[in-house]
Amino acid sequence: MAFLQAVAKKGEASTKRRSLLPYLLLLPGMVWLIFFFLLPILTLVSTSTKTPGLGIGEFDQTYRFANFWDALVNSHTQFVRSFVYAGIATFAALLIAYPLAYAIAFKSGRWKNVLLVLVVAPFFTSFILRTIAWKQILGGQGIGFKALVWLHIVSPDSHVTASTFAVIAGLTYNFLPFMTLPLYSSLERIDPRTMEASGDLYANALTTFRKVTLPLSMPGVVAGTLLTFIPAAGDYVNAEILGNPNTKMIGNVINSRYLQIVDYPTAAALSFTLMVAILIVVTLYIRKAGTEDLV
Amino acid sequence: MGDASTSAKGDLKLSNLTKSFGDFVAVDNLDLVIPEGSFFALLGPSGCGKTTTLRMIAGLEEPTAGSIHVGSTDITYERPYKRPVNTVFQNYALFPHLSIFENVAFGLRRRGIKDVKEQVDKVLDLVELPHLAERKPNQLSGGQQQRIAVARAIVNRPALLLLDEPLGALDLKLRRQMQIELKWIQTEIGLTFVHVTHDQEEAMTMADTIAVMNEGRIEQMGSPADLYDNPKTTFVANFLGQSNLIKGSIESNGAESLVVNLFGQKIGVPRARSSAKDSSILVGIRPEKLRILPEGESTHGNILPGGVISDVSYIGVSTQYQVEMPWGQELMVFEQNDDGIAPLDKGDRVTLSWEPIFTFGLDGREDATAGSEVHVDEEE
Repeated sequence: MAFLQAVAKKGEASTKRRSLLPYLLLLPGMVWLIFFFLLPILTLVSTSTKTPGLGIGEFDQTYRFANFWDALVNSHTQFVRSFVYAGIATFAALLIAYPLAYAIAFKSGRWKNVLLVLVVAPFFTSFILRTIAWKQILGGQGIGFKALVWLHIVSPDSHVTASTFAVIAGLTYNFLPFMTLPLYSSLERIDPRTMEASGDLYANALTTFRKVTLPLSMPGVVAGTLLTFIPAAGDYVNAEILGNPNTKMIGNVINSRYLQIVDYPTAAALSFTLMVAILIVVTLYIRKAGTEDLV
Repeated sequence: MGDASTSAKGDLKLSNLTKSFGDFVAVDNLDLVIPEGSFFALLGPSGCGKTTTLRMIAGLEEPTAGSIHVGSTDITYERPYKRPVNTVFQNYALFPHLSIFENVAFGLRRRGIKDVKEQVDKVLDLVELPHLAERKPNQLSGGQQQRIAVARAIVNRPALLLLDEPLGALDLKLRRQMQIELKWIQTEIGLTFVHVTHDQEEAMTMADTIAVMNEGRIEQMGSPADLYDNPKTTFVANFLGQSNLIKGSIESNGAESLVVNLFGQKIGVPRARSSAKDSSILVGIRPEKLRILPEGESTHGNILPGGVISDVSYIGVSTQYQVEMPWGQELMVFEQNDDGIAPLDKGDRVTLSWEPIFTFGLDGREDATAGSEVHVDEEE
C-alpha cells in the first residue's frame, strides 16, 4: 500500500502517462486474479446452490441455499475434526520449529545456509511420496515406530499407522518448513544487541525470551501459524494415507463428494464454507495477535 | 538480585585482564583502576581491544584470564543481569516493540522496583524528552534515541555506566551537542562513566582521564591535556592530534634539559619531557607550537632554518603550512591568523622556531608513523 501511495503521489506531480504506470504494473496480476481466483470463486458459489439435473454430472441452478445446511449437518464432525487436527498440528509445528529457527538464526554460524537448505530439502521430493514414506516409518517394522516403542510412548503390540496420531504427525511434518522459514526470517531480523541490552537491564535468559525475543518474533509466529494452519485445515492427503475412516477430515469429504459421488453442489458448498470459516478464524487470530503494533 | 546495582560501589579495577580469540590476543594483560565518579575514556583505533574490554566489564564476553572488581566485589564471572553495570550500546539497541516509557522502565520492572512511573518520569525530564514517553523508538530521531538509550541505562543508578561508541551514528553537529549533554548528565548524577571511542576529539571533550589503547594494551593514560602535551609514545603523539616527529641524537645530558642534534642544529628538550632510552631520540613538536618566519628574520628558542613552504591551506582561523626541511622531511605548521599579516606563499624560504618547553622527546627506535594512519571516521 505504502508503495502504491508513494508511486501514486509521484505520479500526480508528474505527467499523466506516468500516473498510469502503477496500474499498468498491476495489470498482469489483476488479470491473473480475475481469471484464476475471482471467476472460479463465483463459479463455486453458484454451483453450491444448484440441484441435480437429468443426467449424471448435470446440475440446474435452483438457488437451493439449504445445500449448505445439508452439507453441514452431514459433515460437521469432519469440519470440527479438521480444525482440531490443524490446530494441534500447527501448535506442534510451532514447538518444533521455534527452537530450530532460533538455532539457525543465532547459533549456526557458518552452517546457516546449509541448515536452511536442509529445512527446504524435503520439498525436492513429492508431497505424496513423503507421506507414503511416513506410513512405512510408522509401520510395524519402521524406525519411527521402533523409536516410539523404545521411548515407551507406545506399546510394542499396538499400531501407530491408520490413527489420529499418524494423521496429526503427518500434518505437522508436512507443513513444518512453512512454519520454520517465516520464524527464521523474523528471528534473523532481530538485532542481537537488543537481547544483550535486555541482559544488561537485569533480565535473565528466560525473561529476555519472554519480553524481547518472543514479542519481536511475533510477525514470524503469526505468518508461520497461518501458513501451517490454513493448508492443514483443508488437507486431505495425510488423512487419506495415514488415517482410517474415523480420522477423515473435511478435505476428504470434499474430495469424495466431488470425484467419487459427483455431487458438485455439496462439494462446492463445503469448500465455500471451509473458506469462510478459515477466513473468520484467521481474522480473529490476527486481531488477537495484533500484528499492526509489531515492527 | 534486586540490590545488585546498589550493593557494589567503588572504583572499577581490572587486573591482568586478558581476552584471546584463538591466536589473536584482543586484550593483553590489562591493569587499570577507574576511580568512582570519573568520566573515563578508552580511546583507540578499531581492533585495539577497547570494545572487548567494555564487553568484559558488561559481562557480554568472558575474560580468558584476569579479574574485574567493582569496589571489593569480584564480578569477573558474574552474569550480565546481576552486575551493577549498565550499557549504552552502539546504535542504542532500544527495544523496538516497546514504548519509550517501557524501554526506560525495563530495568526497573525486572528488579521489581515500586515507583517505576516516578523514576522514569524523572529521568525523561533529565534528558529533556518527557513528551516522547508514548512513542515507539523508530518514531524518534537519532539524537533522541541516543538520549533515551542513556536514560534507559542511568535510571537504574548503576555503579558504572558503559558507553560503547555512543555518538558514532550521529552527525557532527549533533555529536558536539551530545558531548556537552553527556558530560552534563555525568556531572549531574555523579556516576562513573566508561566511554569507548575511536574519536580522539570526543574523548578529549568529555573525559577526565583517557587511556589510549593499541593492540590490546594501554599505551598511555592521563588527563587530555597531559596526553596531548606530553605523549610518551609515537602512537599517542600521532593518534591524539598531529605531531611533527624529527629524528635526532642526544649530545649532552644536563640536569634540566637535553641538548639534541637535529640534522646539525642544536636544540633543547626538557629532560622531564623525554622518554628516550639512549642517545637515539625522536623530537616531537605540535604544529600549532611552531612559529614560521621568513628566512633571515631573528627569532629565539629552538630554531630550524632552511625550510621551504611546499603547501599552504588557508582555513579561516588559521593557516596550515607544509614546510620541506633540508633533510627532506615535511613539517606541519599551524599559524593563527591573528596578526593581520598576509600568509606566506608556497616556495618561500622560512625559518621555524619554538619555545623549548613545548618540546617532547620519544624513544628514537619507535616507528615515527605509528598511529597516524588509523585516524577517525572508521566504524568498528
